[in-house]
Amino acid sequence: MPHDPSALQLILSGDPALLAIVRLSLIVSLSAVAGAALIGLPCGAVIALARFPGRELAIVILNALMGLPPVVVGLAVYLLLSRSGPLGSWGLLFTPQAMVIAQTILITPIIAALARQTIEDLWLEYRDELAAMDVGLAGRVATLLWDARFSLVTALLAGFGRAAAEVGAVIIVGGNIDGFTRTMTTAIALETSKGDLPLAMGLGLILITIVVIVNALAWGMRRAGERLAG
Amino acid sequence: MRAPLTDLPIVLDEVAVIVGDLTILDDISLTLAAGFPTVLIGPNGSGKTTLLRLAMGLLQPSRGRVTWGGRADALPTRRAIVFQRPVMLRRSAADNIRYALKAAGVARAARTARSTELLALVGLAELGERPARKLSGGEQQRLALARALAKEPQVLFLDEPTASLDPAASKAVEDVIRTVAARGIKVVMATHDLGCAKRLAGDIVLLHRGLIVETAAATTFFSQPATREARAFIAGELLV
Amino acid sequence: MTIRAIAALVAYALLLIASPAQAQNKSIVVASTTSTQDSGLFGHILPLFKTATGIDVRVVAQGTGQALDTGRRGDADVLFVHAKAQEEKFVADGFGVKRFPVMYNDFVLMGPKSDPAGIKSTSDIAAALQAIKTKAAPFISRGDRSGTHIAELDLWKAAGVDIAKDKGPWYKEIGQGMGAALNTASASNAYVLADRGTWISFKNRGELGIVVQGDKRLFNQYGVMLVDPAKHPHVKKELGQAFIDWLVSAAGQRAIADYKIENQQLFFPNANAPGA
Repeated sequence: MPHDPSALQLILSGDPALLAIVRLSLIVSLSAVAGAALIGLPCGAVIALARFPGRELAIVILNALMGLPPVVVGLAVYLLLSRSGPLGSWGLLFTPQAMVIAQTILITPIIAALARQTIEDLWLEYRDELAAMDVGLAGRVATLLWDARFSLVTALLAGFGRAAAEVGAVIIVGGNIDGFTRTMTTAIALETSKGDLPLAMGLGLILITIVVIVNALAWGMRRAGERLAG
Repeated sequence: MRAPLTDLPIVLDEVAVIVGDLTILDDISLTLAAGFPTVLIGPNGSGKTTLLRLAMGLLQPSRGRVTWGGRADALPTRRAIVFQRPVMLRRSAADNIRYALKAAGVARAARTARSTELLALVGLAELGERPARKLSGGEQQRLALARALAKEPQVLFLDEPTASLDPAASKAVEDVIRTVAARGIKVVMATHDLGCAKRLAGDIVLLHRGLIVETAAATTFFSQPATREARAFIAGELLV
Repeated sequence: MTIRAIAALVAYALLLIASPAQAQNKSIVVASTTSTQDSGLFGHILPLFKTATGIDVRVVAQGTGQALDTGRRGDADVLFVHAKAQEEKFVADGFGVKRFPVMYNDFVLMGPKSDPAGIKSTSDIAAALQAIKTKAAPFISRGDRSGTHIAELDLWKAAGVDIAKDKGPWYKEIGQGMGAALNTASASNAYVLADRGTWISFKNRGELGIVVQGDKRLFNQYGVMLVDPAKHPHVKKELGQAFIDWLVSAAGQRAIADYKIENQQLFFPNANAPGA
């Protein structure tokens, strides 16, 4: 009986199950980055630029939330989305949507905290000009987010890295369903638990390669953008 | 009917600026009235930049008061400032001006035409689409000037506008300042370039170590300086 | 730029909302166990079921305890586990409609070649476990309330060992699935109780081999239940019942029997066996 194929053979033969897993991993993690950016970038910028009581505490908490354990986030989202939970009627448990929600929650603090630091540093440069033009808080947030866009790419990549690498949240809320909610990381966990360690390691190398490629693309976009916009 | 709001005259009344143990400005009393440009001169560290920022409203005095047209808390709606090292937004030159126009409340439909006008005024007509951060030092200075003029200010503050420029660029900037002053904008400028001061000034204010040493009309100041420091400064011997 | 931001927000919301609607099309969620999934059985029988009925079966593989909890919460439509007593309680408590026996496989006691407890080729599981405890030979337990774990605890009882009292550092509970337990046992040359199916497809064997098999007490019965729609109205009772009906039908039973690894049959259909 032939040996089960190695990870390399699966890629070379374009194995559809493997491609589906890679595709789902990318869709889930990239969607989470999009959602986390939509929430986290403005939040981070507002915390950087506004002055309000408890601001220092907010910064400390935001930084601490970068270390949210994925498995805890997964469990919390599971309890929310379970049919016996408050949002059960949405019917989202064990679907890719639940995985996107869990990962968005997980990485929003990362993007927000890094954005806050980036914007706060940039503010030192921009403060006088924007004060002289009497730009209000909303205008400052929008202007600095846009002007810091190349540095903020790094924050987004940090979020993507975290999302693509984690297994604790997606396996609990997704259920690792074959052909439906199985991602690279949950597949690696499965193959490890089945004892097929070479395959698990091979999948791991594929995952790392994909993350490197995403980073390289982002870097390329950033360099091209900088060349154009100075 | 109330008289229209004006920011002039700007009156500084026994103003001091103290940061930590350092007294940057002390016992400054000065009136900036409508009319010819007022030029602040003095060696490095004499407090020129701080005085400009104070009059612009970016800084609160540690002692004393600043009023604009008699009001103590006027928003900088009718004042504009060009910093010594202006910060360009990461977008095209024209978009930088459009940004300032938007901040000044100009309607979207009018912004493009206005920004084209302003670019032409400062001699940057062909560089509108160039990324602002890629312009040369002199071009950025002129762009900052155009940006400041976007809000059609009553008062224009300039901090060392020709400091890092070559003679050709300096002349271009001086020409714009002269044009703008002729249109009725009150120019308040800090410079250590005596030639520039001579060419542009109505009034000279000499600062030394945070104090106003002498104030006079330009012609008087340069032909008959009243104080020892003024004479030393004109001779190039008052360095710090 | 704000227009772009709003468009992105709308697209994201659509991604969230749109797909579950399509996902409702003829699919059910079946909560089953990790050992069943690891054996590869589902990969074999589910495509056959889909061809026959067009229904997509989404298997969430958890430990038995967690699978039953998933059923109680109403997060699955059908349960397919191997813990008869707990399954009957599930039905008695009103969470399940009816339990149907489906198939059985057996457990085997794995041990290292060095055989520190000296029990190779015994066929008496009780005696073997007694020897392990007496000699304090290393033993890995799943410790996760799974069907396998419960079976293991029952076997200690049958061996006259009060494992809760008598366990020592030689007895390690890892709280994980069958594959992880085998990995740990293989790495630490320990004894471990495994279901034959997972063992046959397990690749990281190290020095492990079967030391005890065939004892009737190692028999592992599987049952299937529909989660009660009276308790959870959203349960897809027609589709779920179709799955159950197929599993116990001649076609389903044959599909189960046909599943082989290394030419060995793993599961033995017994839907019609009395008292299964």
